[in-house]
Amino acid sequence: MLVYQLWVTSSLSRHKFGFGFLTSSMWNPVTDQFGAAPFIYGTVLTSFLALLISVPLGVGAAIYLSELALPKLSISLTFLVELLAAVPSVIFGLLAIFTLVPFMRDYIEPALQKVFGDTPFFSGPIFGVGYLTAGIILAVMTFPFIISVSREALMAVPREQREAALALGATKWESTWQIVVPFAKLGIIGSIFLGLARALGETMAVTMVIGNDPSIHASLLSPGYTIAAVVANEFTEASGKTYPAALVELGLVLFVLTMVINALAQVLIVLTTSKGSSKG
Amino acid sequence: MTSRNQRRNIVNNVMLTSTGVCAFITVSTLFLILAYLVYNGGKSVNLDFFTKLPLAPGQDGGGMANAIVGSAEIVLLASVIGIPIGFFAGVYLAEFGGKTFSFLIRYTADLLNGVPSIVIGIFAWTVVVVPMHHFSALAGGFALSLMLIPISARSTEQFLLEVPRAMREGALALGASKWRTIASVIVPAARKGIMTGMILGVARISGETAPLLFTSLGNQFWAASLSEPTASLPVMIFTHATAPYEDWHRQAWAAGLVLLGLVLIANISARMIISRGVSLPK
Repeated sequence: MLVYQLWVTSSLSRHKFGFGFLTSSMWNPVTDQFGAAPFIYGTVLTSFLALLISVPLGVGAAIYLSELALPKLSISLTFLVELLAAVPSVIFGLLAIFTLVPFMRDYIEPALQKVFGDTPFFSGPIFGVGYLTAGIILAVMTFPFIISVSREALMAVPREQREAALALGATKWESTWQIVVPFAKLGIIGSIFLGLARALGETMAVTMVIGNDPSIHASLLSPGYTIAAVVANEFTEASGKTYPAALVELGLVLFVLTMVINALAQVLIVLTTSKGSSKG
Repeated sequence: MTSRNQRRNIVNNVMLTSTGVCAFITVSTLFLILAYLVYNGGKSVNLDFFTKLPLAPGQDGGGMANAIVGSAEIVLLASVIGIPIGFFAGVYLAEFGGKTFSFLIRYTADLLNGVPSIVIGIFAWTVVVVPMHHFSALAGGFALSLMLIPISARSTEQFLLEVPRAMREGALALGASKWRTIASVIVPAARKGIMTGMILGVARISGETAPLLFTSLGNQFWAASLSEPTASLPVMIFTHATAPYEDWHRQAWAAGLVLLGLVLIANISARMIISRGVSLPK
């Protein structure tokens, strides 16, 4: 039903722009010209940046929680991570806009520019808002998911696997990295997909720090736009017929994107847990 | 040989320490968030905040009484719609239902759970706001209930499945009908777990902003009825934080602190119920 409604409401824009909608970078409500490319680009780029930060952090923390920490410490830390997952996204946005943005503008981004200034990725004026800031806030929002799901996947690895590796003289790290992690690989990848789906669909925090500029930039420091953010900002103001339809179509694109990723994640997680139980 | 072993040991220690550092960084962000909110919001949370209406920028004082009440209304509405549907769906999944059909429902519920909240907002807009021709608390409640249904269905199912088989068989052997068994034996046994799941679900939707942006919209004053645009705390935070006024920023911090406080209290208490209560007879 949900899909049907989105499909019908966006039909006007779909008929008018066809597949060009996905590739055109023109976004001009005044002349009724709509193309989704800048938003798709922004969404994919910020989510990619988020994963770049949150995957190593999240998987590392999950390894620590499942393999190293004493049970008591592990339980209380996991509890805190789950609380972090419960923090409403608008709160992340609030913190990002008042603390992270000035911090990025005054310290981090000038420093990055000094070191990597020659590459196109870190050029241009510094605003504080933009792809990189949005990526960082998304990273903070995704790693609770990555940690808790990866941790479960790691815990499902049978004990004998570890003991066998240690008995053969492997160090703790070698047994973890070469035996336990490959065993839980699918579950960890599944957790990353879950995080990715969350990052793609995240609205509020990103809307508040992305900078709202509907064009494509190579520089990570420049402001951009994401699908969810443009819908949140412009939907109530959209007048006429084509404009709301175009925004609904953006919603449809986002919906399909996250559905595919979620479905993949589910399959991967189910595969690892059943693998663990059948062999254990 | 020894140098090789030394290297292995060094790698071992370095990598293990760095995983600890990862865990430390991730957990400390929670405390960072809390500390910032308490520091910035603590100053503005006072009696006025809970009892007065928001003021125009430039004026001192004022509160968010309407947003607090509005949020409560919308969340209550969502719970009234979402909890019963989710509950019965969960009972169905756990107790009745063939293989393929319940698999289908379960899979759909998981997918619905993964739908970006902004898309839920668009959907509620097309089915409630457009036919009614204006934004309303009803539409907001509908949007949030869509998010609540899959959460409550899955948690109900999960806790019902944990009820031991012997209890079901005992009740059936005493001559109770299937429905009797469920209503007076199985559901009471899983009561605490189900309630916890519901609390967590309600806590989750009460912090949602995106579905409310174009369903209940927002309002600077009291809403006279459920079919009018209604203010809510998360949307208030969003509009106040993105507006360029100093006084509004202070209010946004205060609202953030109140909202986060409520959500965290709900979460912590729910988990305490779980850790104490769900020790079902195995």
